[in-house]
Amino acid sequence: MAEVLSRYLPIWAAYLVTALIHAALLINVIAVGALGFIWLERKVAGRIQDRLGPTRVGGKFGWLQTLADGLKLITKEDLMPKGADGLLFRIAPYISFCASFCAYLALPFSDGWVALDLNVGVFFILAVMGLEVFGVILAGYASASKWSLFGAMREAAQVVSYEVPMGMCVVVPVLIAGSMDLVEIGGLQAGWFPNWFVFHDPFTFITFWVYFTCALASVNRAPFDLAEAESELVAGFHTEYSGLRWSYFFMAEYGSMFAVSGLAAILFFGGWNGPVPITSWLGLTADHGPILAYFGNFLGMLNFVFKAVVGVTFMMWVRWTLPRLRIDQVMMVCLKYCTPIAAVMFLGASLWTYFLPGGFGLFGRPYAEYGVERVEPPVPAPQATAGVSAAAVDQGRLQQGRL
Amino acid sequence: MDAINWHSCLFLLFATMASGFAVAVVLAGNIVRMALYLILSLGATAGLFFLAGADFVGAMQLMIYVGGTLVLLVFGVMLTAQGPFISLKTQAGDWVLGLLLAGCLLAVLVPAAFSVADWRNDKPADFVAVQQDTAARLGMGLLGVRVDRLEDRPEPLKAGMSSYLLPFEIVSVHLLVVLVGAAYLARSKRRAATN
Repeated sequence: MAEVLSRYLPIWAAYLVTALIHAALLINVIAVGALGFIWLERKVAGRIQDRLGPTRVGGKFGWLQTLADGLKLITKEDLMPKGADGLLFRIAPYISFCASFCAYLALPFSDGWVALDLNVGVFFILAVMGLEVFGVILAGYASASKWSLFGAMREAAQVVSYEVPMGMCVVVPVLIAGSMDLVEIGGLQAGWFPNWFVFHDPFTFITFWVYFTCALASVNRAPFDLAEAESELVAGFHTEYSGLRWSYFFMAEYGSMFAVSGLAAILFFGGWNGPVPITSWLGLTADHGPILAYFGNFLGMLNFVFKAVVGVTFMMWVRWTLPRLRIDQVMMVCLKYCTPIAAVMFLGASLWTYFLPGGFGLFGRPYAEYGVERVEPPVPAPQATAGVSAAAVDQGRLQQGRL
Repeated sequence: MDAINWHSCLFLLFATMASGFAVAVVLAGNIVRMALYLILSLGATAGLFFLAGADFVGAMQLMIYVGGTLVLLVFGVMLTAQGPFISLKTQAGDWVLGLLLAGCLLAVLVPAAFSVADWRNDKPADFVAVQQDTAARLGMGLLGVRVDRLEDRPEPLKAGMSSYLLPFEIVSVHLLVVLVGAAYLARSKRRAATN
C-alpha cells in the first residue's frame, strides 16, 4: 500500500498515511463494535427482563439508539470535581482505551490478517489487557471521591487475582499447539469442528469455561462488576465522569469484551475456521491464487467475528441473569475454585497429550487428519548475524506488498 | 532520500520517552503521579525491546515491570488517600546521595557499553535488528539446550548439556518457597486477629 501511495506522496508521508489507515481501521473495529454491542446489550437486557428494549430510534428495532446516546453524551457538560487531580482525571479514560486498543494489534481476524504478527501474540494480548486496570485506578484516585476510590481498589484486587487462573487457562491451548503465535494456533484447528481445541480432550473443554469465567472478571463484567457496583458505590470508579470521557471507559469495556471473546474463539473454537471446511471444498485457499484466497480469508473473518459476537452476547446473557457477587465471593471464586481447577486442567491436558498424542476416537487428533501438517515447535538454527540493513527490510516488505 | 530510517526515528522516540519520564519520576512530588510516570517510562522501554526484535522480552517487560508497578500504584493510592504522605519532599542530603549513586552506576555502565567490541564495529547507518523467534530459543535454553551454542559445546558435555536448567529449577523452588511463606504469614495474622 505504501508502494502505491509513494507515487503520489513523498515516501515518509506514504508510510505515515499507511500506518494511520491501519490504526484507523482497528480503532473503528472498537468504535463500531461498541456501537453495535451497546444496542445489542439494550435489546438482550430488554428481552431477558420481558421488555422490548429500544424500539423507536431509527425506525424498526431501535437500531440507531446508540447513535442517539452518543449525540447526547457529546453534548453533555464535561465536569471535573473541585478536588480532582486534573491531569490524571483527564488521561485516565485514554489509558483504558489505549490498553484495550493495543490488544487488537496482535489479534488476528483471519489467516494472516493481523496488524502485528507477533511470535508471542497470546502473551502480548494478556500483558496489555492487564494494563487496562491502570485507567480505572487512576480514575478512581483522581476523582477525589470515596465511591470512586473504593471501586478502583476493588478492581485492582480483582484484576490482579484473576490474571493468575486466566494465564493458566491460556497456557493449555498453547501447550497443545506448541506455539504462542495466534495465527499458528488458529491454523492448527482447520478442518472439521472436532479439531477445535475445546473438543481436544475433556480437560480443554473444562478449561474453556474457567477461561470464560476469568475473562468475565478481567473485563469487569457482571457478575464481577464490583468496581461500579451501583447499588453500593453509586457508580464506582466512573461516578464523577460525564459526557465523552465517560463513554471512553465504555468503549474500552466493550472493546475488551470483544478482544477476550476473540481470543477465546482463536484459542478454543478454531478462530476463523468454520465447523465444516467449506472454504477448502470451494477451493478458496492459497493454492488457487491470491484472489480466491482473499475470499476465503474474508469468509474466515466473518466466521471469527461471528464467534466473537456470540461470546459477547453470552457475556450479556450472564450479566442480566446472575446477581452480583460480594467481594469476598469474587476472591473465593478465583482462589479456591478457578486457580486449582485451572492447575489440574493444565496437568490433565499435558498428560493427555503425552499419553494420547493421536487423540481419542474422533477428537483430539487434529493435525495431519485433514491435510494439515502438525507443526513441530521450531528449534531455530544458530544465526550468525541477527541484523540486516533497514533499507533491505523496507525493500523486502514493499515487494511483498505488506506496507 | 529514498527511505526514512524508521528504526532510528522510533528508537529516538522511545528512548526520549523512557528517559524523559524517568526524570519526571524524580521531579514529581505526588506519589501517584510518580507511579504513572514510572509506568510510562517502563512502557517505553518495552517499546525499545519490541523495536530490537525481542518480542518475548518486550511482552515480559509489559507483564512484569509495568504490571508490577500496579502494586506500587495501589499502595500509593492507599497511602495518599489519608493525607500525610500526599507529597513527598526530597531533602538535600537525599539529592546528593541519589546523584552519587546514579553517577556511580553511569560511570560503570558507560565504559562497559563502549568496551563491547561488537557494538563498536562500523555498521551501516541504517542497521536494524530483524524480528527473531526469541520465545522458542529462550524456552529451549531454560530446558537445557543452548541453541546459540550448538556448534561450540565441548565434547564430553554434549549428551546432557544443561545450560540454564539448574538456575531455572533453583528459581522455581525459590518462588514456591516465597509463595508458601506468603500464604503462611497471611493465615497466621488472620488467626491472631480472630483470637
